[in-house]
Amino acid sequence: MPHVADALTAQTIRIAGHGGDGIDAYLAQPLGEGPFGGVVVIHHMPGWDRWSKEVTRTFAAAGYLAICPNLHSRAGKGASPEDAAAATRAAGGVPDDQLVGDVDAAARHLRSLPSSNGKLGVIGYCSGGRQSFLAACRLPFDAAVDCYGAGVTGSPPSQAPVSFVPLIGLAPNLSCPLVGLFGAEDRFPSPEHVAELDGELTRLGKTHEFHSYEGAGHGFFAVDRPSYRVEAALEGWARIWEWYGRYLSS
Amino acid sequence: MCTYQTETVAVQGSGKGVAAWFPVTEATVYFDHPQHAAAEHTLNVDFLNRERGPSARVAVELTAASARALAQAILASLPPD
Repeated sequence: MPHVADALTAQTIRIAGHGGDGIDAYLAQPLGEGPFGGVVVIHHMPGWDRWSKEVTRTFAAAGYLAICPNLHSRAGKGASPEDAAAATRAAGGVPDDQLVGDVDAAARHLRSLPSSNGKLGVIGYCSGGRQSFLAACRLPFDAAVDCYGAGVTGSPPSQAPVSFVPLIGLAPNLSCPLVGLFGAEDRFPSPEHVAELDGELTRLGKTHEFHSYEGAGHGFFAVDRPSYRVEAALEGWARIWEWYGRYLSS
Repeated sequence: MCTYQTETVAVQGSGKGVAAWFPVTEATVYFDHPQHAAAEHTLNVDFLNRERGPSARVAVELTAASARALAQAILASLPPD
């Protein structure tokens, strides 16, 4: 992990998300003048939880401005992350257009910071992996990371919410280099789903690297869950630092 | 696995939340990541009342085997229609 400074600051701020809606966002910044690259962190389906904030701080500790918008903010102010996630799920999930609007707002906030070098990456985990790909296809980014995002390729499940549609058709619009980190034992996305996306990006001439880790399934980065796989997570983090180091440097 | 699949059923009854009992109007059922249970995937049920906000929720996360056992026990306990 790159190490720029020990000192960082982190706090929840309020930003105007999609449609002008006020949403919470967790902002972590290394102290110092910079200039720093920035990363928008898209949290996983279980919500805007402690681990997601920990990941956001990890980027700041490595010398990146980082922001994690609460995609479930609209479920109700003051709701616990778990309750907000459940309410959002019951309501059909996060619509794609809303996701893009919220990520755009978070990205604009990072770019507005005086210590920004103007370069931005996006990363997402679980459902956020799919959303990271979506954001990178609809918004201008300099580098993207998809951590085991399902639903980019393949057919949506029969009971999937209306907002859930495969994204493979957006691939020609991918705005930046993409690294994909997957568990070889994951079923959603399966190795076949990953191979399909890999093939399509190769066909389109899009810069990308995909890594699949044996012995790992879905959610292998999540240190507070039984799905955590330390070897895959350490390898994956190394790929993230390499990717962002290459594309987000001043 | 992140299935996105959710079964939703309208229900009538009550659930005991953090603060007190409240009327439940809806249940969502999904086999996906748990928040708390020590398993990679669980059968999750949320009993909800949307009108009372996201905190009006009773949640359970069960292993697949225990969820099946519970489902059978519920059916065995009910009187015939």
